[in-house]
Amino acid sequence: MEERPNLLYIKKLAGEDKAFEEKFIAIIKAEFPLEQKEYLSYIASKRYKETSEIVHKLKHKLNILGLEKSYRLAVQYEEELHDSNTALEEEFKTILENIEDFIKTI
Amino acid sequence: MNCIIVDDEATARLIVNQLCATIPDLDVIDEFSSAIEAIKFLNQHTVDVIFLDIHMPGFTGFDFVQTLKNPPKIVLTTSDTNFAIAAYEYESIVDYLVKPITQERFEKSIHKVKNSLSQQPKTNSNKTNSLVGDELYINIDRRLIKIKFDEILLIEAKGDYIDVKTEKELHRVHNTLKKIKEKLPEELFLQIHRSYIINFTKIIDIEDNSVLIDKNVVPISRSNRPELMRRLNLL
Repeated sequence: MEERPNLLYIKKLAGEDKAFEEKFIAIIKAEFPLEQKEYLSYIASKRYKETSEIVHKLKHKLNILGLEKSYRLAVQYEEELHDSNTALEEEFKTILENIEDFIKTI
Repeated sequence: MNCIIVDDEATARLIVNQLCATIPDLDVIDEFSSAIEAIKFLNQHTVDVIFLDIHMPGFTGFDFVQTLKNPPKIVLTTSDTNFAIAAYEYESIVDYLVKPITQERFEKSIHKVKNSLSQQPKTNSNKTNSLVGDELYINIDRRLIKIKFDEILLIEAKGDYIDVKTEKELHRVHNTLKKIKEKLPEELFLQIHRSYIINFTKIIDIEDNSVLIDKNVVPISRSNRPELMRRLNLL
């Protein structure tokens, strides 16, 4: 079954601090679409070094959003991109779409 | 206790900030998305702790640590676990936090920082004053020739010899770069390559991997580059 992103980690850190939670959501809503776009542009132009850099950046967000399996895949994908291996491209794209959908709901 | 946060990701900085807010005696005095900005800040301010991301564009956390002459306590923050061993090679690095950082793990880290701070000597005020002049005597053909430090442009290793280049002449001396380095004032001279020591004040410009001193193009080695960058008064 596909993992669902969640805000459990952020809510735990926030406690009663709603302002922190809101700030986090605002940042991820602003940053994620840009990073997703950047990723898609790099992979389309076969710029694998830059692609692995942006995957590294995105994988931290997977971690925060509780996507453990997706995070492990991103770690492997980042590593394989160093050898220009894009075998996990489709799966990673699906993960990003999964987050994109989730972000629309928060 | 005060700290700064260095991480290129806004979400990561926000999270560390939130974790810091839960520690009563810890103040975040600033945060930086770029390592260079943080270095500029540290050239003018003293902090107790840096929460530092290892993986930043163009500059790793380890490069950053090497640029700091008297580094404060450093807690590395990272998504990767495979840098942990490297981290132990740096005395200033007291902990290694893997993202996402939990409250419990963060508190343990603060405990380590406090322990480490309490163990370090308070000041180094009893530094020996030595009566070092502003010149160096070099032995050439049994003659001791006086060279003023501020006239030296650079020193280059040439096998068993070193070339001491001044603004007016070149002296070839039977000695080693290591030995002459010990005699040179640190505030004026810097080793930027295995074979070169330069007078820092004589730099005309710096390109990617070289500096121009008078008419000499001197290579900068990768390992010495962070220290050179640290010493620059960057705008």
